[in-house]
Amino acid sequence: MSEDARETAKPLNVKPLLEIASVVRTKNAGPYELTIDIIFRDREIYERVKAAESLNATLIARLYGVPQQDILEALYFDPACAFKATMKRPLPCGQIGETDIYGAQQHAPLLDLFVSF
Amino acid sequence: MIAMRPLVLLSPTAILGYGFPVTSLERGLSFGPDAIAVDAGSSDPGPFYLGSGKSFVPRKAVKRDLGFLLRSARALRAPLLIGSAGGSGARPHLDWCREILLETAVEEGLSFRLAVIAADVSKQYLDDALRQGRVKPLGPAPELTAETIQGSTGLVAQMGVVPLIEALDGGAEVVLAGRCYDPAVFAALPIRSGYPAGLALHLGKILECAAIAATPGSGSDCMIGILEADRFLVEPAGLERRATTASVAAHTLYEKSNPYLLPGPGGSLDLRETTFEQVSARRVAVAGTRYCSDDSCSVKVEGAQPAGYRVVSIAGARDPSFISGLDAILDGVRERTRDNFRDEREQYTLIFHIYGRDGVMGSQEPHPAPGQEIGIVMEAVADSREMAEAVLGFARSTLLHFGYPGRLCTAGNLAFPYSPSDFPAGEAYQFSVHHLVAMKSPTELFPVVFEEVRA
Repeated sequence: MSEDARETAKPLNVKPLLEIASVVRTKNAGPYELTIDIIFRDREIYERVKAAESLNATLIARLYGVPQQDILEALYFDPACAFKATMKRPLPCGQIGETDIYGAQQHAPLLDLFVSF
Repeated sequence: MIAMRPLVLLSPTAILGYGFPVTSLERGLSFGPDAIAVDAGSSDPGPFYLGSGKSFVPRKAVKRDLGFLLRSARALRAPLLIGSAGGSGARPHLDWCREILLETAVEEGLSFRLAVIAADVSKQYLDDALRQGRVKPLGPAPELTAETIQGSTGLVAQMGVVPLIEALDGGAEVVLAGRCYDPAVFAALPIRSGYPAGLALHLGKILECAAIAATPGSGSDCMIGILEADRFLVEPAGLERRATTASVAAHTLYEKSNPYLLPGPGGSLDLRETTFEQVSARRVAVAGTRYCSDDSCSVKVEGAQPAGYRVVSIAGARDPSFISGLDAILDGVRERTRDNFRDEREQYTLIFHIYGRDGVMGSQEPHPAPGQEIGIVMEAVADSREMAEAVLGFARSTLLHFGYPGRLCTAGNLAFPYSPSDFPAGEAYQFSVHHLVAMKSPTELFPVVFEEVRA
């Protein structure tokens, strides 16, 4: 590939999420919902991830092994350079069988993620 | 709008009883706050606290914070507003917090006009609302039934600013409110004074978590809000913290389903045009947030109901063949337990949490490979304590001595850190109501009662 071709092709970058995010967290949003916040370190990378739509409801459903209709929101929030997804909790908070009352430790499936942008 | 002087609000701590450094409080007071407000509650710690009527913050911690806040507010002649008293804001929580408040007033020699606002919903009221079609589930909550209403032990509605303004109109110097929309205790005075509801409530959203919206964040440090006619400013009181556009904007996401539209009693906050601006090293200005009234007079009603009696046991395991054969072993223990109690009429639930494998995420764990040791938390839940104890005791001793292929450690499979090995966890609760109820008037559920507190 020539130098020129390489520049015009502009291949997408692929990086581990942990290299481009400063916050990866989950928390209850009320007793029946769990919300994921991913905040990017850098506005430029955030804008490129958003433009590429690399993070979306389908991806979150696959990572958490839930049907896509359980993903209630998936959106980008420019003021915070953040992606947010909200899903139905597998069990309402505190129901018999609960493992995480606050929902604060449900982010592990995101930690291995590679993001293209 | 006529020129308005800035209105200053002080949020001492994220939850009454979480504490704050005295130096931060003093620095916050030096801004001359027009009101001190604090949110005392949350549904986050789970259904037990609402269902049982207990506080999730210790009494001594609440009393420590109240002593400082009551003295400060009376010295400034500024109102003190406390929302979601006692954590869950039902009658037992409100009474508990009121008792601490009165005790503090006597000890500190303080006199004031107190307004107490209950937020309880009677079963009769909710039943009528259900039959009249005025109840709908919030988000993924199931449809409400008359049976669920009857089985619930704590039913509260989240008040907005209207009852709080009624208390201030009546001359209250201290307002103690039951279950309350978190921002309302901060927004009540500004809205009463004519400031825009969108800015007042958005400021309340940030202040209700105190310095959590600063960097470094803290749930036990003070935050100052300054409301102007067309924007508000936030600044942490502790000089080692800063408010940044990133920290304040990020907080807008926290615990919310969607950060652009935030529904609350009487209407929604619309953040689609909101701007965040760094105006000095430690201070952020926020503008553009709008409030859209929904005219429906709807409130969120929360409830919890008993779910049985729980007994828990904790053990570790280190043997490699026990760990690798664990699923089959646990199936064997479940089967033996079922067989042992097959003549009992009482139902039970038996659960094994396997820490070191998938104890935190269950079936959603992406790497369910156990380490060289695992922690096992066993729990049994049944209607009666006797049944829960019997099931847990049987399952625990069966697992301890369970035989499996390749077993070397024939003296026992488990390492118990404690004697006794089994712990009564008491009544378990579950959330039963998480619904919107259309009221006939915004004050019908929230009676404001005044009393003169004389030291």
